[in-house]
Amino acid sequence: MGVIREFIKGLRVTGGTMLRTITGEELVTTEYPKEMRQKPPRFHGRHVLNRYPDGMEKCIGCELCAGVCPAKCIFVRGMDNDPENPTSPGERFGFVYEINMLRCIFCALCVEACPTEAITMTHLFEMSTTNREDAIYTRETLLMDEKGGVPHMFPDDELADMDELAVADGWVKATAPSGMASYQGVKMWQGTPGPGDWDPEPGQSELDARSPTEDDDG
Amino acid sequence: MSWPEFGIIAFRVVVTFVLLLVVTVINVWAERKILADMQSRIGPSRAGPWGILQTVADGLKLFFKESVIPRKVELGMYLLAPFLAIIPAFLIFMMVPWGKPFMIGDHEVALQGADLNIGLLFILAMSSMAVYGVVLAGWSSGSKYPLLGAVRATAQAISYEAAMGLAMVAVVVFTATQGEGGTLSMAEIVERQTGTWGDISPVLSFVPRWNLFPQFVAFVIFLVAIVAETNRAPFDLVEAEQELVGGFHTEYSGMRFAMFFLAEYVNIFSMSAIAATLFLGGWAGPTFEGSLPGLISGSLPTIYFLIKTYAIVFIFFWLRATLPRLRYDQLMTLGWKRLIPAALTWLVISTVAIGFRQFGAPWS
Repeated sequence: MGVIREFIKGLRVTGGTMLRTITGEELVTTEYPKEMRQKPPRFHGRHVLNRYPDGMEKCIGCELCAGVCPAKCIFVRGMDNDPENPTSPGERFGFVYEINMLRCIFCALCVEACPTEAITMTHLFEMSTTNREDAIYTRETLLMDEKGGVPHMFPDDELADMDELAVADGWVKATAPSGMASYQGVKMWQGTPGPGDWDPEPGQSELDARSPTEDDDG
Repeated sequence: MSWPEFGIIAFRVVVTFVLLLVVTVINVWAERKILADMQSRIGPSRAGPWGILQTVADGLKLFFKESVIPRKVELGMYLLAPFLAIIPAFLIFMMVPWGKPFMIGDHEVALQGADLNIGLLFILAMSSMAVYGVVLAGWSSGSKYPLLGAVRATAQAISYEAAMGLAMVAVVVFTATQGEGGTLSMAEIVERQTGTWGDISPVLSFVPRWNLFPQFVAFVIFLVAIVAETNRAPFDLVEAEQELVGGFHTEYSGMRFAMFFLAEYVNIFSMSAIAATLFLGGWAGPTFEGSLPGLISGSLPTIYFLIKTYAIVFIFFWLRATLPRLRYDQLMTLGWKRLIPAALTWLVISTVAIGFRQFGAPWS
């Protein structure tokens, strides 16, 4: 009779799952273009070139991002700033900035390497094109405008979600010193126009304070 | 035969045929949807509301596809096999009464394709015929996977048909005690299940007079046997995608494949309908004649029939979502060492009990 007990146990699993799916409790599928899921905060999406809140570009044309890129998809050329009318606060600025999105592996090493937090990543990943040339994002597309708005390659695309592009700043840096205990609660990046100020990332003392019996997803 | 009679027969056959086609289209969609629910998915949702037109879309797609004929096939048999699969499937359902007979003038219209007095035997014959479609398809394809599927189909169908037939015999013997003499007619078997068990004990006056209650063991055996007979999971060794690619229909494409597919779903519904007719009282149920408008109380039996049949169809889907496929020796063990002895034992027990009730103990 053990077989029959196991058989009924199996039927209960599938039957119970069916009831929970119908009520929406256990349904894991989302109808993607219709409903977009909330992405994790450190999602690696399309890049954006940031500005300081006063409108100056953060990029100084140092080419460290191009050097660290494992896919060799970034091409940067720096140029001296016009002293009368500087583009960036430093000596130089990136006057050519191209990313080949067909090669990019979205590892965010460019974000780690950038000394001025000029390049960060957003939450947008819908970048398919019907043309290889459209996959090469130039400075015009990557650079945010002075109010913090990020240009979209295809603004008429029904998948173009401007809110996802607005998620950008230095806090996606995994090696930021804010991970160290002495920096807990201290903001370690400069703001940009648009997205403005982020709250400092919570440290780990809150996680440590939880009892180990609690279910910890990560 | 007079013209009205001819018209009635044509009406019965055409309506039964159309009902079966519509129900099959819904079944394919329902299976995908129910399986999706059991796996926390959404299932077909694009074609029509809730994806209900998905089957129509699939059918249209298959219709416009090329029907490839491989070079090494036995052409005659290869072309004939899909028809051998689908025609018995439709003929089986012709035996099932799916509604209460009604009168037009002085002609009685039975809602049933044909009421043969050998209905049950015809069903058994046709369900054996359906195996030919599978076997010939596998053999004539001239390819190893279909051949393996066909060999499996032969053994499987023969083993489980015996258990299915024995379960039916128990019902037939029991039905003979419920009225004047024995009968094999499906309409008559349903007729004898109307009402309740109130005449045995007043406590049972709310329990419908279905064969399910006295013949529960036969019902379980029959249920297992029809799942195996229609080659459905967990007995789908004939198709066994993981082992045999597609089994007997590997070399079929386009509309010829669609006919096998259709036959499988028609068989599921027909076999469920037969189970509902034999054990759950078919269309029998309270019709509230007099207190409800005639049209509603006239169509209630059909609704009861569909509800009972779909309950069994749902069991098919539920089993498919739950159980892994049996190994081949397990299939044979279950058929020959479990189901057939169980069916024979139940037949003896049930017959002896009926004999005692009918004639009293032999020593008294």
